[in-house]
Amino acid sequence: MTNQPNRIASAFENGKAFVAFITCGDPDLETTGKVVREAVKNGADLIELGIPFSDPTAEGPVIQGANIRALKGGVTTDKIFDFVRELRKDVTIPMVFMTYANVVFSYGTEKFVKICSEIGIDGLILPDVPYEEKADFQPTCKKYGLSLISMIAPTSHDRIAMIAKEAEGFLYIVSSLGVTGERQSITTDVGAIVDVVKKNTDIPCAIGFGISTPDQARTMAQKADGVIVGSAIVKRLDQYGKDASGPVGAYVKSMKDAIKDL
Amino acid sequence: MTNPRGRFGIHGGQYIPETLMNAVIELEAAYDHYKDDPEFNAELNDLFANYAGRPSLLYEAKHMTEDLGGAKIYLKREDLNHTGAHKINNVLGQALLAKKMGKTRLIAETGAGQHGVATATVAALLGMECVVFMGIEDTKRQALNVYRMKLLGADVVPVTSGTGTLKDAVSEAMREWTSRIADTHYCLGSVMGPHPFPTIVRDFQAVISKEIKEQLMEKEGRLPDAVIACVGGGSNAIGSFYNFIDDPSVKLIGCEAAGRGIDTFETAATINTGRLGIFHGMKSYFCQDKYGQIAPVYSISAGLDYPGIGPEHAHLHDIGRAEYVPVTDEEAVQAFEYLSRIEGIIPAIESAHAVAYAMKIAPKMDKDQIIVITISGRGDKDVAAIARYRGEDLYD
Repeated sequence: MTNQPNRIASAFENGKAFVAFITCGDPDLETTGKVVREAVKNGADLIELGIPFSDPTAEGPVIQGANIRALKGGVTTDKIFDFVRELRKDVTIPMVFMTYANVVFSYGTEKFVKICSEIGIDGLILPDVPYEEKADFQPTCKKYGLSLISMIAPTSHDRIAMIAKEAEGFLYIVSSLGVTGERQSITTDVGAIVDVVKKNTDIPCAIGFGISTPDQARTMAQKADGVIVGSAIVKRLDQYGKDASGPVGAYVKSMKDAIKDL
Repeated sequence: MTNPRGRFGIHGGQYIPETLMNAVIELEAAYDHYKDDPEFNAELNDLFANYAGRPSLLYEAKHMTEDLGGAKIYLKREDLNHTGAHKINNVLGQALLAKKMGKTRLIAETGAGQHGVATATVAALLGMECVVFMGIEDTKRQALNVYRMKLLGADVVPVTSGTGTLKDAVSEAMREWTSRIADTHYCLGSVMGPHPFPTIVRDFQAVISKEIKEQLMEKEGRLPDAVIACVGGGSNAIGSFYNFIDDPSVKLIGCEAAGRGIDTFETAATINTGRLGIFHGMKSYFCQDKYGQIAPVYSISAGLDYPGIGPEHAHLHDIGRAEYVPVTDEEAVQAFEYLSRIEGIIPAIESAHAVAYAMKIAPKMDKDQIIVITISGRGDKDVAAIARYRGEDLYD
């Protein structure tokens, strides 16, 4: 399956979107496959597949742990490509890769992105590639029809308009300072950020970092087009290991149910 | 040598989360404002002279010169600075800048502990809060420095993620900075990380080569033939090289930690074993596997135990202006012992890598040639570890 234009947009056509993050190969790719399919069955609108990196500087302890477990389990970029090729036979919702610049750059950006387009990956999220450095990746993504997803942070202020104007796919709004991980409360005025974004672009906004409960998801989804959840899912993988697909599916359902009618 | 957006040739850049972008932009603006500000420079020079003890000596190592029988050897004595290493030069500059920016809290990473001690020291001096991230392995290798930092009023956070060494301390300090930016300056200890750090740190360390040039001109009336320094991230090396980059007759030699050898996996020699990558905010050379996973590097020296190298060094390597050579643990330990006996100077194990390479090339050079070796730090912190390396059961 090759890339279809605007498949990412379709994730936001079914009420507020629920974006599920899963680290590939945690604890093994077979489990990742089961968890992804269960998340899709229970209402996930977009899947963010993490390619593990040895030194994930934007992650909190939970996702750091998943990266270590996956790498210890022997997963590699090539094995993940094969896995996605297989997954795409029955998973039709949009899927993007989340990884770090070096994983793509070191593989060969052109080679990496070309394979992504061939196996049906719709976009790329690279948390250590800000607006200023996207020229290393964006033209290649464009050539092969992938969206390079941009991020906006609570500290972005005067940068929001600039980033939003050139954003593709969807905008990833970082809800809080710091690294990924569950939070008791989110204090950033996310609504104000989204207002600026909406003045500058028509593409959808999804809010991530720190969201774990249906209540939080509902509050955040009221202010945007969707929510992104990673650590709360990865935590279940840590807890249930190879048996995680059931608990993750139930969790995804509770989250999607909380936001779908907004 | 910095291009727009902090590029050194193809290296450098700002590969960091969006959360930190305004912080580095603000830092760059403040640095551009203060770097030529007479008042700021007067304050910094006063601290250099009256707190750090600059200028540091350029010492003629007569015994070593005679024993090796070749080039005349001078030692640039950064080990004599307050806190015992070159690290204080950069910390005084950055802390003063941070204070001008209204920051009240310094965070830092440390490997051997020298940068952590320098940051804790200057934080105490300037009345700032200080948190130092240190790999758990390094807290064991350098237990005395941990206590020293605590004595100076800093919090020391042992980092257990990854390999528990310098690279993980950098990652953790970056994570901390993304969670608390408003009152906090990340006082990066080497010429690495995102722009503008490689430029700022270089400029504050360039005092080393400025002094070498002046002091040697006074003593010998000429430039050296070679300047040799150890390289981890590369701050003492770039400081030693910088004012000689435009003097093509001066050979610039960086000594990387080869650990147990560059043909083993237990090495930290980035130029000799790494390849181009993007990590810790910069494009440069890194020790990594075929999938771009950062390699767990090794060196007896906690200060050189880092899988990358500063972007300006990567560029100096690309254009052939500087040469980067591997030095093994064993060679460094022998040089550590040699300099202690022959000149009565115990160098840091990091600096001993530079001494080791000078011992190799000095005998092959003419007697009218001059080598300057930067002794980046003193070796007190390493004595127990070297004793253990030699099989003696000695602990800090």
